[in-house]
Amino acid sequence: MEAKVIHAIYTDDDLLMQAVKQTRTANYNITEVFTPFPVHGLDKAIGLEPTRLAITSFIYGLIGLTVAVLMMNFIMIADWPQNIGGKPSFNFYQNMPAFIPIMFELTVFFAGHLMVITFYMRSKLWPFKKAENPDPRTTDDHFLMQIDAGHHDVEKLTKFLYDTGAKEISLIENEEDH
Amino acid sequence: MSSHYEAPIREPLVIGEKSYHDISVDVGAPVLGKANKSWWIVFTIALIAFLWGLGCIIYTVSTGIGVWGLNKTIGWAWDITNFVWWVGIGHAGTLISAVLLLFRQKWRMAVNRSAEAMTIFAVVQAGLFPIIHMGRPWLAYWVLPIPNQFGSLWVNFNSPLLWDVFAISTYLSISLVFWYTGLLPDFAMIRDRTKSPFQKKIYGILSFGWTGRVKDWQRFEEVSLVLAGLATPLVLSVHTIVSFDFATSVVPGWHSTIFPPYFVAGAIFSGFAMVQTLLIIMRKVSNLEDYITVLHIEYMNKVILLTGGIVTVAYITEYFIGWYSGVPYENYTYLSFGAATGPYWWAFWALIICNLIVPLTLWVKKLRRNIMWTFIVALIINVGMWFERFDIIVIDLSKDRLTSSWTMFQPTFVDIGTFIGTIGFFFVLFLLYARTFPVIAQAEVKTILKSSGESFKRLRAEHGDHVDHNVSQYPASGGPSANLTGEYFTSDEDKNAKDDKFEVGDTALIDSEAKRDQVNAMLDRIGTYNPDTQTPDDLKKISGVGPVMEEKLQELGIYTYDQVSNMTDIDYELLDGIIVEFPGRAKRDDWAGQAETLKNNK
Repeated sequence: MEAKVIHAIYTDDDLLMQAVKQTRTANYNITEVFTPFPVHGLDKAIGLEPTRLAITSFIYGLIGLTVAVLMMNFIMIADWPQNIGGKPSFNFYQNMPAFIPIMFELTVFFAGHLMVITFYMRSKLWPFKKAENPDPRTTDDHFLMQIDAGHHDVEKLTKFLYDTGAKEISLIENEEDH
Repeated sequence: MSSHYEAPIREPLVIGEKSYHDISVDVGAPVLGKANKSWWIVFTIALIAFLWGLGCIIYTVSTGIGVWGLNKTIGWAWDITNFVWWVGIGHAGTLISAVLLLFRQKWRMAVNRSAEAMTIFAVVQAGLFPIIHMGRPWLAYWVLPIPNQFGSLWVNFNSPLLWDVFAISTYLSISLVFWYTGLLPDFAMIRDRTKSPFQKKIYGILSFGWTGRVKDWQRFEEVSLVLAGLATPLVLSVHTIVSFDFATSVVPGWHSTIFPPYFVAGAIFSGFAMVQTLLIIMRKVSNLEDYITVLHIEYMNKVILLTGGIVTVAYITEYFIGWYSGVPYENYTYLSFGAATGPYWWAFWALIICNLIVPLTLWVKKLRRNIMWTFIVALIINVGMWFERFDIIVIDLSKDRLTSSWTMFQPTFVDIGTFIGTIGFFFVLFLLYARTFPVIAQAEVKTILKSSGESFKRLRAEHGDHVDHNVSQYPASGGPSANLTGEYFTSDEDKNAKDDKFEVGDTALIDSEAKRDQVNAMLDRIGTYNPDTQTPDDLKKISGVGPVMEEKLQELGIYTYDQVSNMTDIDYELLDGIIVEFPGRAKRDDWAGQAETLKNNK
């Protein structure tokens, strides 16, 4: 972690967007932004890659579907075939229409739950996780932009941030707890 | 900067002069405050009902299903009726959160949290009934495909009852994670706002350490969208499969190909009726009328009208086909001439009146926007949808193919007690939820505040939608120097500094924390009055200020010409919001200009 960062606090989402764009144009490095609600287009403005969670969900869904097919085939066809109401159970293909509800439910079950678990793991969210937002007001109505101040003139950077409309600017040195 | 344009013809979804902070305050208030007396009264009643139901369940399980009113002909009655009723109620939640999210409906933001909570609590009640009906609920795990000691005898995957197990447990658990993921930012808001160390600890654990990093928000939105995409077909599949319980059988009246779409529409119909019932009370009790507005109620009434219309068409179709088929058995199905005139005529007409006739009144816009009438209609629909399931199950079974076994169903006190018990359990859960959870998805409401908030819509109407105007309402407008004067920004530091200074006292004019902040901010702008060094001026000399107005101004801490002369349009609007008797008076009469003259002539 960089030794010196600056925290600039804004009170409006539009102002924050403007500031983020100006800061990036001025070639300062924004290391993190904390917002109380999703600000649309902010991820693009900061230059984040799109998230791949939807792709993982698709893969998990395929796994769920596969599990359902294998399970149905083993239980209903291979292990203990039964004649239920004269419905054919000689092979999977013949009995498959009756399995569609289960195949669908397991696909959704796997895709939904595994995606959410992946999200919690990737974003480091779990019970007893300590919140790391530097200012508690960022979950209410304040927006905090964290800029790497390592190789910059702090005075100049502060003046620049001040001109972008930051309400509070503070220099944080040696974030050892990270 | 993105434009927050929304067509001016659309009514605001957030009423009043709200800032982001006000939303946090209003949503956090029920959690951070204390429960009032009416909450305890309702909670006690619900708890007693729940305990009675629990007693009935224990009696059923320890004695046997024989304590119910079932007989040889009618082997399914209240238990399955209640099961389908509760599952149906559980449908609006995911519909509101998932389908409306996919359609980008902004009004969902205010109602989705409670609707999802309702879903989960309703599905819990629904799940109880099949488990009790098993007779030996401790063997409930037998419905799962687990290798066992009976030569690995598996469950029957051809049976719709087993599909139900998979559909409903998937629905419950997916709804749960959908609900919980949405709750994380709101728990974090409560965590960061509360002053009690105990609450801080609890909400710290519940919030999973949510911080609101931009990458987390990006993932959060993606996850919400994908879950919505998964939950939409899921919600349709669940009630489809519930309807298969009946449709795949050979009982006249049950064996109906129309059941899946008709059950889904009916479920949404009853689910929205229950959402209305709960939210109309909650918006009042928790002071959320600014967020759950008449417009939200009207939108939900429109969904009720649509789904009620679909249900009506299904009823008429069933009735017509029953007659047109010419099959004598069909004349005793739940929608037939035989049912309308037979021994269950009252159940038939309860269904028709509650589900078909009464909801038609919602076509009238006045009634659709009438909160009291909506509440009554919602209750009637809840009753009607219970009768629909009762009719399908009991009427259809009561006159089966063998005339000699025709009979009626008589519920015992255990049937009734168990049903009332689940209603009690449901309200116990919902009332606990309303006191401990942020009942509105405040983070999502904040995203629509600028496009759909009343004050922002008004500002756009006055200034146009050019992006500069939007920003100019906000801090940067004054340029960097705005920071120095402290005119636009108030922070905790500022507030702490202010504690030494004048603070507006307790007065009936200020009824919320947000207003107090606004008045204090106004006093910061126009200057405060210090009784030690200053004398009050005669404000009545300002044209437009009478004795009443003077008293009210003094209550707010305005005593001198000097203060009035510093007033700007922002302050006038604030005064209009607080002293409602004379809207626009201050601006029209130019109080500041008058006070300036009076001050100089003093």
